Amino acid sequence: MLTEPEQRLIAAIQNGFPLSSRPFHEMGLALGLSETELLTQLQDLQNKGVIKRIGVVVHHHELGYRANAMVVWDLPDQMVQDVGAKIRSFDFVSLCYLRRRCLPEWSYNFYCMIHGHKREETLQHADLLTQECGLTPFPRQVLFSRRRFKQYGAHYFNNIST
Amino acid sequence: MVLTPLDYRLLNEFQHDLPLTPQPYLAMAQQLGITEEEVLERLRLMMQAGLISRVGVVLHPRRVGISTLAAMRTPPEQLATLAALVNGFAEVNHNYEREHEFNLWFVITAANPTRLEQIIREIEQQSSLKVYTMPMEEDFHIDLGFNFRQ
Repeated sequence: MLTEPEQRLIAAIQNGFPLSSRPFHEMGLALGLSETELLTQLQDLQNKGVIKRIGVVVHHHELGYRANAMVVWDLPDQMVQDVGAKIRSFDFVSLCYLRRRCLPEWSYNFYCMIHGHKREETLQHADLLTQECGLTPFPRQVLFSRRRFKQYGAHYFNNIST
Repeated sequence: MVLTPLDYRLLNEFQHDLPLTPQPYLAMAQQLGITEEEVLERLRLMMQAGLISRVGVVLHPRRVGISTLAAMRTPPEQLATLAALVNGFAEVNHNYEREHEFNLWFVITAANPTRLEQIIREIEQQSSLKVYTMPMEEDFHIDLGFNFRQ
């Protein structure tokens, strides 16, 4: 788990960096850290894998990817590692997870977010991936996204005063 | 807004590896051959237009707190109301309607397991519906970023 200073840092940066010339200097003022200290701490969190990436976070739907689907399979547990490794080669997949089943109602354990500009394109992507990874024999569901009620980075540690 | 070729470069080339230097926008500007002020101006405009959410970090949920994907089977006429109920929790970050009998899907990320359980119980009590949970067991680390074309 994270230390309290790390939690404070994350609470302060999770809504994005200021769009100004010295964003880390500016955020450091609020945290009581120098620019250098803040940069060092961010680098540490990235090295520890707490920060997955740093950069421009897009709204893909608004930028043309309008047919987005969560595609799920029920795969035998012993297959999952091999399939997961293969998914990297498909550039239309943004996320790929193994998740615990919620039995008996939900037996799917392998999840991919697949993106396209149109439904047909997204379905073609899903079929291509199914064939290339040898997933044809296994139950599959395609759950297209409809309304988006909320999408932003997770909010952590909002109760911690900064 | 009408995106320029430069905007597409800003979107495509900086989803990862923003340099951790005192002036990151200057570093971007140098890579693009424009001024820092131009970079800031285009980013502000794209943010106002809702095309980008922020310039910042994406965290690894399992390294920060505890999170789970959750789903509900809601009667279609109640969906909007129940989505608002779920959105009322600050710990819910993604919340989507999907085309399926399981039609409401959201991610809950909490600081600890007790709080996560508490949120799930409260949603179940207030909605009188079951919340199905599918916690992550492994992340296959794709996240290549999106490629946008004009």
